[in-house]
Amino acid sequence: MARVIVVTSGKGGVGKTTTSASISSGLALRGFKTAVIDFDVGLRNLDLIMGCERRVVYDLINVVNGEANLNQALIKDKHCENLFVLPASQTRDKDALTEEGVEKVLKDLVHMGFEYIVCDSPAGIERGAVMALTFADDAFIVTNPEVSSVRDSDRILGILQSKSRRAIEGRDPVKEHLLVSRYSPKRVEDGEMLSYKDVQELLRIPLIGVIPESDDVLQASNQGTPAIHLKDSDVATAYQDVVARYLDEERPLRFVAYEKPGLLKRLFGGK
Amino acid sequence: MSLLSYFFGSKQKTASVAKERLSLIIAHERSTNRAPDFLPALQRELIEVISKYVNVGVDDIKVQLEKQDNCEILEVNITLPEQPK
Repeated sequence: MARVIVVTSGKGGVGKTTTSASISSGLALRGFKTAVIDFDVGLRNLDLIMGCERRVVYDLINVVNGEANLNQALIKDKHCENLFVLPASQTRDKDALTEEGVEKVLKDLVHMGFEYIVCDSPAGIERGAVMALTFADDAFIVTNPEVSSVRDSDRILGILQSKSRRAIEGRDPVKEHLLVSRYSPKRVEDGEMLSYKDVQELLRIPLIGVIPESDDVLQASNQGTPAIHLKDSDVATAYQDVVARYLDEERPLRFVAYEKPGLLKRLFGGK
Repeated sequence: MSLLSYFFGSKQKTASVAKERLSLIIAHERSTNRAPDFLPALQRELIEVISKYVNVGVDDIKVQLEKQDNCEILEVNITLPEQPK
């Protein structure tokens, strides 16, 4: 059975696109046929993060409007065999996204044999964000340990619980997964940052992982390589763990405890 | 000053301030934003029915849904006028 995953947060800049790129790549690396769709009509960025911006010809709105078919619009990812990107339109306005149109695109993807469909939501609670979560089976709520992000995540959870198809039709609710990103164990230890336990206690949904704050994310986006592919990077390992937990494998939480740098490290430097 | 606060630990850490503020605002917003859609309609229909028998206005009926842990309480408050119709 295919699963539709929405990556959402309410607030902008918390790591939705980074997460969409990494978990869709992670699922494809595990052998699942996966599509990742950018719902940020007018402000597309997933193509840049995935490194396929120069290969965009058709987009989601073209497919919704019947100006192109899915085979023409889907871009094969350069890093993984089973991954395809469906970019957002850069020119049209958000009203071009209709519920019927989106539903048809998702159904067609399922018919084409896609097992996971990852919907990268835009920030906010407007049409694009609602469309991205309407047909979701699972939701990744990306939250930074910071007041405005936590509040906005709670808001988007309310929308998920009232406007998703699953909620409207009274089926099993959308499965919610909390992903705490840009986490700094040192600042948490110093009492300057909410801990992941605080965030979880406030939002009351199950935790699927913690992504540490890291310079590597910028390095990855500079090159158009999803962060999960980086070598020797905590962020890449953390995302691999998230994908494993999503697939029901047990993984202990990593990168949440602060380790004081040892004497050698302090003398000779290093990360 | 910093030495004093170091010894007496007088200053609250900002993370716990954040948590306190968030738990208050989130609880408040959950009770207002997540009220079910039927409440306004329920209120309107109640007014229609009750005003058949007693003279009540829109403001005389208050419908509220409260959540306490796992229990939801639907509270309907009707203020009756002094003299029946």
